[in-house]
Amino acid sequence: MKLFLKIWRQKDSKEKGKIVNYEIDKISEDMSFLEMMDVLNEKIVLNGGDPVAFDHDCREGICGSCSMFINGEPHGPDRGVTTCQLHMRKFKDGDTIYIEPFRSRAFPIIKDLVVDRTAFDRIQQAGGYISINTSGNTLDANTIPIEKENADKAFDAATCIGCGACVATCKNSSAMLFVSAKVSQFSLLPQGKVEATDRVLNMVKQMDLEGFGNCTNTGACHVECPKGISLDYIAKLNTEYAKASLKK
Amino acid sequence: MTGKRCVIIFSARMKKITYSLNYRKPKNQYFDHDELVVCLRYYHSIGNGKYKVTKKSTGIKCKLEDWDTDWHKSNNRHPIKSSDPDYLEKNTLLKNLSVELHSHAKNIKVSNGVLNSKIPEGSLDMKWTNHKNNVRLVSPANKRNIDVIVVGTGLAGGSASATLAEQGYNVKAFCFQDSSRRAHSIAAQGGINAAKNYQGDGDSVYRLFYDTIKGGDYRSREANVYRLAEVSTSIIDQCVAQGVPFAREYGGLLDNRSFGGVLVSRTFYAKGQTGQQLLLGAYSAMNRQIARGKIKMYSRHEMMDIVIIDGKAKGIITRNLVTGEIESHSAHAVVLASGGYGNLFYLSTNAMGSNVSAAWKVHKKGAFFANPSFTQIHPTCIPVSGDYQSKLTLMSESLRNDGRIWVPKKLEDAKKIRNNILKPTDVPEDDRDYYLERRYPAFGNLVPRDVASRAAKERCDSGYGVNKTGEAVFLDFSSSIIRYGKEKALVKGLDVNDLNLIKSLGEDVIKAKYGNLFQMYEKIVDQDPYKTPMMIYPAVHYTMGGLWVDYNLMTTIPGCYAIGEANFSDHGANRLGASALMQGLADGYFVLPNTINDFLADDIKTGPIDNELPEFTQAKKSVEDSIEKLMKINGTKTVDYFHKKLGKIIWNNCGMSRNSVDLKSAIKEIQKLKKQFYSDLLIPGDQFSFNEPLAKALRVADFMELGELFALDALKRNESCGGHFREEFQTKEGEAMRNDEEFTFVSAWEYNKVIENSTLHKEKLLFDNVELKNRSYK
Repeated sequence: MKLFLKIWRQKDSKEKGKIVNYEIDKISEDMSFLEMMDVLNEKIVLNGGDPVAFDHDCREGICGSCSMFINGEPHGPDRGVTTCQLHMRKFKDGDTIYIEPFRSRAFPIIKDLVVDRTAFDRIQQAGGYISINTSGNTLDANTIPIEKENADKAFDAATCIGCGACVATCKNSSAMLFVSAKVSQFSLLPQGKVEATDRVLNMVKQMDLEGFGNCTNTGACHVECPKGISLDYIAKLNTEYAKASLKK
Repeated sequence: MTGKRCVIIFSARMKKITYSLNYRKPKNQYFDHDELVVCLRYYHSIGNGKYKVTKKSTGIKCKLEDWDTDWHKSNNRHPIKSSDPDYLEKNTLLKNLSVELHSHAKNIKVSNGVLNSKIPEGSLDMKWTNHKNNVRLVSPANKRNIDVIVVGTGLAGGSASATLAEQGYNVKAFCFQDSSRRAHSIAAQGGINAAKNYQGDGDSVYRLFYDTIKGGDYRSREANVYRLAEVSTSIIDQCVAQGVPFAREYGGLLDNRSFGGVLVSRTFYAKGQTGQQLLLGAYSAMNRQIARGKIKMYSRHEMMDIVIIDGKAKGIITRNLVTGEIESHSAHAVVLASGGYGNLFYLSTNAMGSNVSAAWKVHKKGAFFANPSFTQIHPTCIPVSGDYQSKLTLMSESLRNDGRIWVPKKLEDAKKIRNNILKPTDVPEDDRDYYLERRYPAFGNLVPRDVASRAAKERCDSGYGVNKTGEAVFLDFSSSIIRYGKEKALVKGLDVNDLNLIKSLGEDVIKAKYGNLFQMYEKIVDQDPYKTPMMIYPAVHYTMGGLWVDYNLMTTIPGCYAIGEANFSDHGANRLGASALMQGLADGYFVLPNTINDFLADDIKTGPIDNELPEFTQAKKSVEDSIEKLMKINGTKTVDYFHKKLGKIIWNNCGMSRNSVDLKSAIKEIQKLKKQFYSDLLIPGDQFSFNEPLAKALRVADFMELGELFALDALKRNESCGGHFREEFQTKEGEAMRNDEEFTFVSAWEYNKVIENSTLHKEKLLFDNVELKNRSYK
């Protein structure tokens, strides 16, 4: 198929960016979206141009690197997928496709579609862990029985890949879904209860410091989340935060 | 008479010990009143008139103005002049230390080209315990003064960084991704083995050890594998304590499943995302240390070279992938946790960025590369669909617990399926060839990966392939869906004869176990695997080969360690499923943090290492030159063009089955391609900015060289073992034929500029605890 691409080009974090038009032909519907971008870049390079920079690595929907805002949606029109899992069969011959980076004040643009998401790392560093050392003589794993339902819920929260689609789609650039996933994972497990109070307060504080916006419960983040992280976790985060604030 | 004299002089020179000052920056940058530490230098003769120098810090300091540079010419041979108030005391101490080193010298082992695996004494089950009791320790106060560089932040690198930092070392961690959480360990699906025997099915440390040795086709080191099995149980405890949400049963305890090549259930899992959960565990442990300031994280950085000073690894050169800046980083030890090199094949299940460069650069500086041709071709991957394909996606081996692999019995059925005339679901049971169950009744669909892959290739080569390209077999869940559905219906008291009900109940069970994998398959192939069987084909997945390491996980460069997939040590010629995660975490959490102390104990007085020493500036310059060289070519072909070509050469000639004719021609073809690469490569833009094609080109340049060694290694191993199948060496039934008499060794290659002339060193493998048998899964 033939496609008309409108892609955000920006040389580096300082310069102003703009949409640039590209035409591309002979795209197979079995290609992934990123393979289509590979074909485009090959063409650009052979014509002496600068290829479109974008983040990508595992190309199987788990590393969370890829981050394209396609036709107004993070990771494009399909549901439950990352950009690398989006296939061209979701588009029609002759379509025009807008491709932009994930935008948020907390995600400064590095080049073209590549953004800096280290704000997420810093939120995790503020408390997204359980403080135990590696000794080799911790308790036997089965001495901590965990109710299957809670274990499953903790797992569902833990499947967050940290891609930032929630932030990109949110009109407030809120990172609540991301933060709630980590806070909920630990608060649902007995191992995480010990540090629960400080964890939620510190992570939320860091989230605010990074410049992410507030949550107004529009639910767009859940719709666009490639891993389908539930809004229930945001409710859980609010509860945990309220409990912790009362304690301190 | 003359002969005797020569010997005496030679042996005297062999034990030469001298004093020197430990300059940490160019000499002209020091002032006379600066104090430096005095070192002892011990010269080992390694033959041919060559020497290796071992430097030992004495902790004794001396001002430059008090140092007698001509000490060896004076009669008393004391290096510190009388202008130093403590000169008598210091000189006596130095003399004593040198006498001590002298008497000790015969025990210092130099590699001398002969490999010393440093396996501890004692019975197999006591080796690790004894070793831990005997290695030297470093006090917490001294750890604060020691820096360690870790390259790569996957399971091995992440866990090592966190543990070393916990212990008190200053860690500098590097990854090329934008965050340490994105390393490719994250994509591991099925699970992690541990000899917990929670299922009471007869598992034990010995059995895990034995299965791993046998699975590796008797080409791994007994002592290493036993240690791996031994620490496996601690890994699960550690990860649960960290909050890793493993799958659980209704009673609240941990659940297990089976993997290929074993007859017990010892695999712990978190749906099909076990690697993700374990990596996030290691990532959170790292985050805790980053917050404490004990780890300095450098993301979007690629290691370009290692820096060696006085024979020891003292730092690395990196390229900042955002700005293009070339940087020097120093430390007292360098740990490579940079993963495998499956991307040599271009198409593999590795991430796009996975590369061999860090390991290869170290190899070029003297570390031996072991068993490069031992590659794992994973049997269950989504087949290739077209030329534009950029990578292959794995479908977890755990699926073989419940999926049955088959192709049609009749050639005409296979042809009809390929042409979309016949649906696989319409092929009657009797016309299906469940070839793994037929050939290997004892292990059935759960034979090891190498065996399953070759069997699939054999069927497809005989014309029974089931997709457009003829390179795919079916992985079918229909019988499991029915079996689980009936079980559920019975438990719930529902009608077990209602086929639709049973199917939907069964699908729910399969969904709970493998939901994300089925979804992944559907998104890529656009077919519903609950309704029609999956199509799968083998693809490159893991590399058992890697940097040669001793029992301490140190390479042949002192102070340079390799852990996880980057080393060669535990999996022999074939890795069992769910063992990669185990090895990565074992190395990072439990092995390296113990063994590295022994080496760093020498560095408690060294102090920070200046990253502007001449060795650093020189290494930096040569990195800049090599980048300049690539940028200047300005040819007509993109990097991917060359990478694809290289991948095709390797896949066609050094893939699932190999023969000497193809291997020889592969070497010639790669040499030709390499020439073309350096004359016709086109890289856009400049080196001082975010430039992905340049980053790729630097990686592909190293793949070119590795590719040649890879083919050479496969050519020199005249036997079939594990993933290495040489067509010349097989039984009448097409099973692999090992040659224990001649090939029970590790091939450790020493670099040579002309790769074809690389030197082969053999580490003989000794099996004192298991009997070498023909692997049988029948």
